[in-house]
Amino acid sequence: MSGLSFQDTVFALKKYWSDRGCIIQEPYDVEVGAGTMAPETFLRVLGPQPYRVAYVQPSRRPADGRYGENPNRLYKHQQLQVILKPSPADVIDQYLGSLKAIGIDLSKHDIKFEEDNWEAPTLGAWGIGWQVMLDGLEITQFTYFQQCGGFDLELVPAELTYGLERIVAFLQNVDSVYDIEWTAGVRYSEVRLIEEQQFSKYNFELADVAMLWKLFDLHEAECQRLLKGAEVVLPAYDQVLKCSHIFNLLDARGAISVTERVGVIGRVRRLALGVAQMWHRLSACEEAVA
Amino acid sequence: MSLAFLLEIGTEEIPDWMIVPALNNLQDMFQGLLDQHALGGKVASTAATPRRLVLRAKGLVERQLDTEELVLGPPKSVGAGAAAGFAKKMGTTPDQLKTETTAKGEYFAFTKRTQGQATAAILARELPNLILKIQWPKTMYWNGKGSERFIRPIRWLVALLGDAVVPFEIGGVHSGDTTNGHRLLGKPSILVTIEDFEHQLKSNGVILSADQRRDKIETEIAGLLAGRALKVKPDPDLLHTLVYITEFPTAILGGFDSQYLELPQEVLVTVMRHHQKYFSVEDANGNLAPNFIAVMNTIADPDGLVRHGNERVLRARFNDARFFWQVDQKKPLAARVEDLKNVTFQAKVGSYFQKTERVIELVKQLGGDKHAQRAALLCKSDLTTDMVKEFTDLQGIVGGLYAKAQNEPNEVWRAIYEHYKPLSMDGPIPSTREGLLVAFADKWDTLTSCFKVGLIPTGSKDPFALRRAAQGLVRIIVEGKLQHHIVICDEQLREFLRDRIEYYFRDVRGFAYDEVRACMATYAGNLIQLEGCLLWLQQVRQTPDFEPLAASFKRIKNILKQAEYKDGGTYREDLFEPGPESDLYQEMRRTNGQPLESRIAALRPKVDLFFDKVLVNAPDPNIRRNRLALLQSLLTEFSDVADFSEIVTER
Repeated sequence: MSGLSFQDTVFALKKYWSDRGCIIQEPYDVEVGAGTMAPETFLRVLGPQPYRVAYVQPSRRPADGRYGENPNRLYKHQQLQVILKPSPADVIDQYLGSLKAIGIDLSKHDIKFEEDNWEAPTLGAWGIGWQVMLDGLEITQFTYFQQCGGFDLELVPAELTYGLERIVAFLQNVDSVYDIEWTAGVRYSEVRLIEEQQFSKYNFELADVAMLWKLFDLHEAECQRLLKGAEVVLPAYDQVLKCSHIFNLLDARGAISVTERVGVIGRVRRLALGVAQMWHRLSACEEAVA
Repeated sequence: MSLAFLLEIGTEEIPDWMIVPALNNLQDMFQGLLDQHALGGKVASTAATPRRLVLRAKGLVERQLDTEELVLGPPKSVGAGAAAGFAKKMGTTPDQLKTETTAKGEYFAFTKRTQGQATAAILARELPNLILKIQWPKTMYWNGKGSERFIRPIRWLVALLGDAVVPFEIGGVHSGDTTNGHRLLGKPSILVTIEDFEHQLKSNGVILSADQRRDKIETEIAGLLAGRALKVKPDPDLLHTLVYITEFPTAILGGFDSQYLELPQEVLVTVMRHHQKYFSVEDANGNLAPNFIAVMNTIADPDGLVRHGNERVLRARFNDARFFWQVDQKKPLAARVEDLKNVTFQAKVGSYFQKTERVIELVKQLGGDKHAQRAALLCKSDLTTDMVKEFTDLQGIVGGLYAKAQNEPNEVWRAIYEHYKPLSMDGPIPSTREGLLVAFADKWDTLTSCFKVGLIPTGSKDPFALRRAAQGLVRIIVEGKLQHHIVICDEQLREFLRDRIEYYFRDVRGFAYDEVRACMATYAGNLIQLEGCLLWLQQVRQTPDFEPLAASFKRIKNILKQAEYKDGGTYREDLFEPGPESDLYQEMRRTNGQPLESRIAALRPKVDLFFDKVLVNAPDPNIRRNRLALLQSLLTEFSDVADFSEIVTER
């Protein structure tokens, strides 16, 4: 087996970014579809305070599940998310340095930055950037955030999102993510295959649609209640994440028609924007007090 | 002494498709700057890679010439007080004023001398603005809210006038004389002069010239395929992209397992081209070969790692495509039509199911047979397949391929396959009658239903690609020879379509704009007739009598307009004066019913003579009215074909 193990890759990247002033956070413990949705990104990029953070974020996309049978598609994959706010002038050099840190000899590979702007309508967020291609494989999404929660950002953060399974499969030269060596003598499939199988079955076949709609309504109502009076943002944001994940489940279950989709996305978006506004308001107050 | 100038804007990677327009914009603005400030000099060249825009100019003056301007003040007669005020305004004293004698009398005057500014100072002042004014489709900011915007962050600036740095600053980056090489092949912070700039870049892994990068790619592809009985599938757009996403392109040849050749060629090519930016390779018979060409942004692949990596990615992509192909086949297209109820065509217009129903009805009205109607029924159902969700460019094509695999007749699957055509101004139109009808009905429905709910393109905004739909429609009718009249009730759509029709005949077919306007004046919905009119006009225009007659028609039109003549062409024969007037009338009657070409030849001298000898504006109002009526009827007889007064003549 050539190349770093899965967990050694994670260690190396965390160490690399820790050395560059990042807080190393643990994954957020509410289901999210992408590392961007974790409050460490979504809320921290707002406002004028500089922030640097890196964390692994398991990202759940129920519709991408393949019962563990597709070598490249997963219901849950791991992203390593880095936020550098504001982005330093040498951010690309720092990024290339991180590839060296996980054993990629750039003199023997081809690296390209191809236009790929990012947009998340449910979060009122968009940015300008690239997909980073290594020998034709997209290994990282690189984004300069411009807007989040409908706000123009005061400091422009660089967001680096590494697709860990892809990168490690590349490093280890294996065709299936399930053949990745997680750590010496343990393959990815031994750690995660059963989870992919069971959740694919649940997401596509078993999840109770009526119950999911009910949960969606409950979490939505709770979020709205918190947005109205209580001055707590983070609990309100958790409710947004719940709604978003339930939406994804309903989608995987085929329970949302394309026509309905727009409406449901709009409901999640309104909540997310409400949270962003509240966060903005509260942090502005904090500043005024300080 | 004249000076050379070099500007390099160093950035992070600019999207390939935006680079050339930006360079042209930069060139125009910079030349404008030189001209506006009388700095002499011309832009000598521009060049770019994804990380740098470069402009070189020569022949700049070192400083502007001093100028003298004579400024006239108040008349001398107003006295000393006014002179003092004028002198003060000119920044001088009254004793420095002169007297200037003009036609209106004597005036105070002052010769104002302005010292020319140093070119370097002007450039230093103007360049930041000029650079930030380069037009991009979408810009970003990177230094915080409200800061300067550009396509990607600016990371360094080289600005040299002769040997000296032109000092300025944009977003914290100061201009200087150091550039940066290729990210991996070159060094950072390389000291350059105007003379050694391109050479320095070359030795740091950057080929500045796009032509040289293109040549390198093409030469290497030829080398890779030499002696293999293989040829690359030409793809100029992809080549352009690769030229502008690399600073040092190098082509490599890769392969894939020939088992994937079982998949439709269209799918394989799309995966290679759109997702991986690879060239496809064909054997001598034009069949797809299990190879591809990738272009790296580096010098070599010594251990074959890059090739191996690309092959691995392609394998995974092909596996996905094969998976979609197999899964999609489990539900035939006919069974998917119902699912289109859940696919929105446009929120205000409704679902694709409703669109399908309208398209079927339209195809029936157009006289489409059962195959055409079947194709209309199935043409949108591939939108529910995983393959199209993954490879949206393949909509229609995938439907056609699935229909074929599901044993739909040739006429049906071909019509589905081709119904998005034409995809571009010079791309092919559908090749069968069924395909033409379905393509026509689909585009027609898109246009009419979008206009109905007010989704009308404005300026550069055309999110539903209605211009392309209208352009396709015009080509389908004209080039597909569909003898259908287009009747449009919506006035805005009628205007919109007229624009597209004019554009097509003028810019695509190359008819002169006045010919198009002349024929459009009589256009009443039949494009085949319009084309006939244009072809005829183009020919008859070559004949010697045509343009003089056209000029006379313009004159007639003006005369009628000035006389505010609105009575139609009823004249009295007995009022015609013998001679040129009567001759013209007789010739009109004699030639009535003859082909227009011979009427033009016969009438031209009569018309000329008429205008030469006859006064239309006769003193007797009856005679005048009669002459106007004669002219009106002449105009009317010819206007059935085209409005000749639109033809631009030299007379």
